[in-house]
Amino acid sequence: MRTQKILDISICYHCGEEIAGTDRILDDKHFCCTGCLGVYQILSSNNLCAYYSYNPAPGKRSVSNAYFEYLDEPTIIKQLIDYQDDKSTIVTFYIPAIHCSSCIWLLEHLYKINPAIYNSRIDFLKKLVSISYQNKEISLRRLVETLVEIGYEPAINLQDVVKEKSHSVNKSLILKIAVAGFCMGNVMLFSFPEYFGLSSLESQFQTLFGWLNLTLSIPVVFYCGREYFVSAWNSLKHKHVNLDTPLALIIVVLFLRTTYAVVFNSGPGFADTLTGLVFLLLMGKWVKQRTYHHISFDRDYRSYFPIAVTTLIGGRQTPKAINELLIGDRLWIRNGELIPADSILMKGSAWLDMSFVTGETEPQEKVLGEIAYAGGRQMGEGIELEVVKLPSQSYLTGLWNKEHYSHDAKHHFNDRVAKYFTIAVFVIAFSAMGYWLSYGNSNKAWAAFTAVIIVACPCVLTLSTPFTLSAILSVFDKKGFYVKNTDVVEDMASCNSIVFDKTGTLTTTEQAKLTFTGTLGDEDHKLVASLLTNSSHPLSRQILKSLGYGSSYPISKYKEIPGKGISGQVCNRMVYAGNKSILPFDLKGDQQSGVHIVIDTAYKGTFIIEQQWREGLKELVSTLQHNFILTVLSGDTANDQEMLKKIFQKKAGINFEQSPHDKLKAILTKQKNGEKVMMIGDGLNDAGALKQSNFGIAITDNINNFTPGCDAILKGDSLTYLPNFHQLSKDGLKIISISFGIAIAYNCIGLYYAVQGTLYPLVAAVLMPISTITIISFTSIATRFFARKNNLL
Amino acid sequence: MNILYFLIGCSVVMALIFLAAFVWSLRNGQQDDVVTPGMRVLFDDEIDGEGTDE
Repeated sequence: MRTQKILDISICYHCGEEIAGTDRILDDKHFCCTGCLGVYQILSSNNLCAYYSYNPAPGKRSVSNAYFEYLDEPTIIKQLIDYQDDKSTIVTFYIPAIHCSSCIWLLEHLYKINPAIYNSRIDFLKKLVSISYQNKEISLRRLVETLVEIGYEPAINLQDVVKEKSHSVNKSLILKIAVAGFCMGNVMLFSFPEYFGLSSLESQFQTLFGWLNLTLSIPVVFYCGREYFVSAWNSLKHKHVNLDTPLALIIVVLFLRTTYAVVFNSGPGFADTLTGLVFLLLMGKWVKQRTYHHISFDRDYRSYFPIAVTTLIGGRQTPKAINELLIGDRLWIRNGELIPADSILMKGSAWLDMSFVTGETEPQEKVLGEIAYAGGRQMGEGIELEVVKLPSQSYLTGLWNKEHYSHDAKHHFNDRVAKYFTIAVFVIAFSAMGYWLSYGNSNKAWAAFTAVIIVACPCVLTLSTPFTLSAILSVFDKKGFYVKNTDVVEDMASCNSIVFDKTGTLTTTEQAKLTFTGTLGDEDHKLVASLLTNSSHPLSRQILKSLGYGSSYPISKYKEIPGKGISGQVCNRMVYAGNKSILPFDLKGDQQSGVHIVIDTAYKGTFIIEQQWREGLKELVSTLQHNFILTVLSGDTANDQEMLKKIFQKKAGINFEQSPHDKLKAILTKQKNGEKVMMIGDGLNDAGALKQSNFGIAITDNINNFTPGCDAILKGDSLTYLPNFHQLSKDGLKIISISFGIAIAYNCIGLYYAVQGTLYPLVAAVLMPISTITIISFTSIATRFFARKNNLL
Repeated sequence: MNILYFLIGCSVVMALIFLAAFVWSLRNGQQDDVVTPGMRVLFDDEIDGEGTDE
């Protein structure tokens, strides 16, 4: 480090943030803090500066000062690693900071930073890095600390311990599609001669082709189509009919008729229709399973909690896994750490940021002997606590353990239609059979019966839903609205009531607006900043940030009165900052809230922190109130009541000081009154309500941030599109109904031949792909049309 | 025309080989991440002269 000088506007080479205060210079590059400089030094000393050439300012994330002692505990290590032998260990971390090609480059060159790391591989979409390392040379803790040093802190939380293997399900589906596609292609090839008519020369191959087709349809029926039989059998056992029941029946009938035709050499059989049908059905299923790798919808408190916490055993700090905590354990919680279990404050002064639990923005003070609830984040000095309830039974986690998440059995369009559809098919099939039997033509009766079942395939019906809904999902996706899966789009369309959370939903979570009334000279500016530097209260931090850090004067007689404010002597002048009660004299006028500044005996002004409302909120509310019952449930105090009343109409319900359980109850009451509730919220305090609502939307300004379990995640700046999203989901259902109509039309053509018992396999083989192509193109064109109409494209 | 029997056999065997290759690639994890490798090839080799690490 050669020089240190003050610059007005300069950008940090590493993190791209504006340099406020001291500028650190190395190799003619500017850095905002020693952290960024340190990272640069590590990189440059290892010849890794190409990191900066892929993206300017790649380190857009401050290095946090987390503690990783717990990673030395063998029991915790065991839960985290994927594989271990005498020499090497493989571990996979989720690193939320991965966002560009620089990240890939750097993280895949970890072996240069520490030779004990064999290699590291990144999965960019899932933001996972899997690292294999020599476990004798480097510990897991050291490895994580290395990652943190270069700015990639892995998110190690309780949910990591319970790794879910949803991946393999998808893989087996792809395998089935591959097999079905392979069989379909070959069957088509062998059926072509039949389509064009066999000459006498080719007819010697007919038997061979028949047997080949039959052989190829065996894996399609018994491997690829297995799920349909299982699902149909299960639904029959429960005495109800789902859409898989007619599908399973069709597969069976097609297979039996093909076998019969091949064995008795009575015709070409339906192997082409059969394999094509299964292939298309599986494709539909795959489209439906489309998931977002980078977003998790099922996060609960476990992904918010760390995996371990520092406990005090005999006065010594020992890390302990959270799921091993016992009642009576002593916890040591440092600044910025989270309280994992309901516990009693034993030592120190606790300032808890409970915003995740209650939505309350101002931190709460707890005195000795008071209960601190799990989920609170300590701001300030380290505190000692004694656990009174296990983490899994705390007040907060109780939201998830509640049993009353009783959603009505969901009846989707397809399920509703399936019953009538199946009945209609059977009625037609049996009457066709009865008709031919009455003429004594048992051959034709059998042919007609099976043909009706084949033709009346609900294939189109099963395909139109996933294709339409996934097209809608990708439209939503482009506008920053990520919906969990295709099924819930129907739930969204049915909503007629919207409940908003206030903090973080109607207001932004980003910097609250700070206004100062009064005048503050340059010198006063410095005096106030010097005083505030000593306080760790979030309000002081916020004001200090707006004042800008700089060199500060020494301070004496510093006093901090919790809940009131701070005072101190700077340059022989008394400076006071806080609410009215700390000031040396009474304030005239109606200035109530805010942080008042008094220097010596002169009142200088007041800092007022206002919540910033989201842009376009007024327009949004006025559009929504025509179609929806609107409600606001806020965990905060009633400060903003006036403002909210201006935005919302009189009939909208606005409730303040709602605990997470109150919110949940409010949703339940609404549902009892027959409302279909869409809940829009953010933090954990809305988690119960989000889960109980018919359609829960978690709103976030950063997709990588924590979001509670929900049906959809919405980017903050896309909130104004909400009415459009809802309208498009309704239009989507319309599209599905229309495509059902088209499918029925096609079926009627097929049925015309089928009831006469003259369905030639070729007709079935042509009819099915044509109807499928029509439906798929119709749904995608119609979805685009409606998306454009709703200003979403 | 009997040669056709042989050709049909060949075509089925070829198709089976392709299917097996796909199944292998899927089981091997080659389809797990189809985005990162595409970005990885674009990285240059180390160009700066100060040296390689060995």
